[in-house]
Amino acid sequence: MVHAFLIHTLSTQATGDAAFCRVLYSRVFGSERSPDDPRPRGPERDRLLRKEQLLAVARQAESACKLLQQASGRPPMDLLPQSSDEPVALHDAPTGVFRLRPGDPFQEAKVAVWLGVLSLGCVLVCEPHENLLLAESTLRLLARLLLDHLKLLSSGSDILLRADRIEIILNHFLPQGQLLFLNDHFVQGLEKELSASLSR
Amino acid sequence: MFTAGTESLLLQAREIQDEELKKFCSRITGLLQKEELGNETIDCLQRLFLIVSATKYSRKLEKKFVELLLSALYFPKSPEQVQVLCAAIVREISPSENLTLLYDHIQNTKLLSLVSSVLLAQGDKRDEVRDVGLRVTKVFEGRQPEGQSLRYLLPVLSKVITLSPKVLKEDQINLLNKRLIDWLRYASIQQGVAQTSGGFFSNPWARQPGPITEVDGAVATDFFTVLSVGQHYTEDQWLNMQAFSMLRKWLLYSGNDGTDSPDSDDKSELEGSIMSMVSAASTSSRLLPPKERLRENAFEYCQRLIEQSNRRALKKSDCELQKACLVEAVIILDLLCRQDSSFIYRTLSCLKILHGRLCGDPTYVRALLPVAQFFLNHSEAAAVDSEAVYRHLFTNIPAELFYDSVLAFEFIQFCRENIHFFNGNLSIFKSNFPNLFKFLAWNSVSLISEFVDILPVFIDASTAIEMLHVLLDLPCLTAALDLYLRSSSPTTEKPLWDPTVKPTSCLDGFRDPHYKALFQYLLRTKARGIIKGLTPLHQLLKPMASCSRVVQCAETVPILIQLFFTVVTEFADGTLINQLVVLLLERSDLVFDVPQFKAAVPRVMSSQLLVLCKLHPSLVVELSKELLEFTGTISNIDSKENIFTSVVWAVGEYLSVLYDKRCTVELINKFFEALEALLFEITQFRPSATLPKCCPRVITVLMTTLTKLVSRSQDLIPRVFLFLSKVRSFAESPAMTTVYSEEDTETILTRATELMNLLKMPSVAQFVLTPSIELSNPRYHLDTNTSLPLALRMVSQLVEKEAGLCQGEVPM
Repeated sequence: MVHAFLIHTLSTQATGDAAFCRVLYSRVFGSERSPDDPRPRGPERDRLLRKEQLLAVARQAESACKLLQQASGRPPMDLLPQSSDEPVALHDAPTGVFRLRPGDPFQEAKVAVWLGVLSLGCVLVCEPHENLLLAESTLRLLARLLLDHLKLLSSGSDILLRADRIEIILNHFLPQGQLLFLNDHFVQGLEKELSASLSR
Repeated sequence: MFTAGTESLLLQAREIQDEELKKFCSRITGLLQKEELGNETIDCLQRLFLIVSATKYSRKLEKKFVELLLSALYFPKSPEQVQVLCAAIVREISPSENLTLLYDHIQNTKLLSLVSSVLLAQGDKRDEVRDVGLRVTKVFEGRQPEGQSLRYLLPVLSKVITLSPKVLKEDQINLLNKRLIDWLRYASIQQGVAQTSGGFFSNPWARQPGPITEVDGAVATDFFTVLSVGQHYTEDQWLNMQAFSMLRKWLLYSGNDGTDSPDSDDKSELEGSIMSMVSAASTSSRLLPPKERLRENAFEYCQRLIEQSNRRALKKSDCELQKACLVEAVIILDLLCRQDSSFIYRTLSCLKILHGRLCGDPTYVRALLPVAQFFLNHSEAAAVDSEAVYRHLFTNIPAELFYDSVLAFEFIQFCRENIHFFNGNLSIFKSNFPNLFKFLAWNSVSLISEFVDILPVFIDASTAIEMLHVLLDLPCLTAALDLYLRSSSPTTEKPLWDPTVKPTSCLDGFRDPHYKALFQYLLRTKARGIIKGLTPLHQLLKPMASCSRVVQCAETVPILIQLFFTVVTEFADGTLINQLVVLLLERSDLVFDVPQFKAAVPRVMSSQLLVLCKLHPSLVVELSKELLEFTGTISNIDSKENIFTSVVWAVGEYLSVLYDKRCTVELINKFFEALEALLFEITQFRPSATLPKCCPRVITVLMTTLTKLVSRSQDLIPRVFLFLSKVRSFAESPAMTTVYSEEDTETILTRATELMNLLKMPSVAQFVLTPSIELSNPRYHLDTNTSLPLALRMVSQLVEKEAGLCQGEVPM
């Protein structure tokens, strides 16, 4: 099960904190279980905590991506030549995984799988024993769908005002945070349904 | 794409004031009350979602407005975009107080799923999770509404059991067990028909659905699974896929909570368990209770997946799915065996064959970990020897696939989670630690925190020395691994190494037989003691010291060294401590030449040296030969300044009969003479333009140590007194003042004066410089307010006052 999915920025600068990491979209699948939390918190605190947790994950993913790019001697993401005609080589995109210890930032331990696409990072926050091969391929699939249906490569397109499209994609391919074992024909079937939903 | 436009949009959304938001909401209210919800509504809802989600602080939406959003969500004729946006907005402001969702009447399963997502986001303050669970199970219990698919609800169920472990009752679990069995095992093996009708002229006979095929195109030989291929899928085939996707979660849930529930039907449970023992080999007995039957079916499903994953997939993405399925299948089999031991024997032979297959196919390497986990969990119960599984895993995998970062992560997680096994009698884990460190050397940034967890397990008296060497050589190993990759696959399209670095000379060296033994040692898979003289490698690999990956690795080493000593000092005896100290003396400057690394390592080492000395003060006596040799080598002052200063300080502190009865006056004198000669050389000959200047700290520590030593061998007091006065006059000589700053000179002068004053009263000197252990234990002089210099100054004031009074002068 996936606890959360988020899209965040990958900053241009190789070092320094001049560019701030921004969460552009996030979706939490069901609120975190809190059976033994003794502190009564108001709804505003709960929401603030949730937002802070996601930002913490985004920052960690951003720095992981930056360091990986650095180690493999590749230029930072947005220095790469981009053209709207060329399909983005997603199998080449930097990707990785890190563990989130219990209490930091979520109550229970989680594993985050991230993928860098252009100047955006996508992250799946999974439960500790999730099938990571499946999580990785699902994340790549989601990234491809986002690129296709949000037309992220064409100019003037803004991810911030496309929440409905992201939601619909997630509802089809990651329903309630459930990772699906989709073979190619299942993917095609879902894509047809997706196109029908989006064109309505 | 993230552009300046996006940034400003985000800031605008954040800065919207409550008043503006209110106005905007009333505009949306108007739109939502219209008959047709068109593009303008969608556009406005998109903006509203941005406004509520862009800030981490709560946005106030009026209760009435939220209710309006919810009614737009329920409204069957709302466009899907409007529905998902309304749901997203309400989720985004969650948890909301007093949120009432009326969803008992909802027949549309897709909508029910969407509404559930809103409820599940509320934090379960009012039992929302249980409510959703009950509502969804009710749909599974009843007759399926016409034209509605259950496949939207299985993920809801999966989320519910994730969020709340005790939601469902035994009979509900049983019912779901039965439905899952049907979907998993009895889905149609004919393809579905395309949904799009061909219109008036379409010929219903022309598109007769064919049979389901395997991923390699062959007609399916057995029941439907997620690896079965068809142009179109039927409803039960979709449910098959959904059911398998949540199978592991469900088995864990129903297996752990269902059995001991008081509601459960004891008789059938009992029968079931007897049956499963009796009919361990016979499959799909219809007499079994649903839980056992589901296990039986899950077992068959996984067996079939293992068989299917051996087929050659026509599509690349299916090839990826085969791997993920294989991993899942093995994990589920392991789970089944843990829940019911009668599965062990049936699984064992299958997994043995699978392991053989996986060993020959590196693309399936990720499945090796769950296979090894299975053997760790069950080989003892099954009384089989699984040594070969572990040997292959710990020997071949890190050595060949260290560069696969996710594999590395999973491998180290595997180690971390099974530490209790490895701590027992699995020696291969410990003996292969140099191999496992290849993962760290290559993926240092992502694995450092994982290694912090497992490093302590590797460290014991037999491995400590080699471990410290391995840690110190870690950046060097990174460089060697880089060369290993470059030389083994020189023409890869997508290089795993940094293509901007061209280490031609290093690569030549890597292939040169002259260096072969050294590289082999560095890249060893098993612990095998230490060899001296990696220096030629440090020289050879120097061009790679600036590689980002090497630098990143070097940054992690000081942390690990610190941790190493924290662990080792908990159990180390005198012998081991002595060995470690000798290692520190040797290695403090013999490290790979990464600039910051070369500065950081001696700092850590010298602080750890002091810890070791404090723990085992006798080492000063036991290692007197080595320490004399070390301090007698004047070049060490430049190359190992940190550790040199610590050694000299430790000699002054611990070379005393108080700490070790074997400490003789001769030994003290020996050290005294060596250090005196050294200080003499520094102060008399050193201050020249040609030689590097010696840090004033070294001079003051040397003076203090000499004074400490003579306080224990008081015959030497006049000698050191004379010597200190010489140092004092030299400090003011032009030769010195040209090299040292005024401040440095002042420091040296002050210390010399203080020590001389102290020596004027030998009993005070002994009290201050060689306090008894009881007295020094609280270590008042370490406190910033009562530090040794302060005490010394006070003593010297007293002495001066006394001297002044004697001479009849008025004290200052």
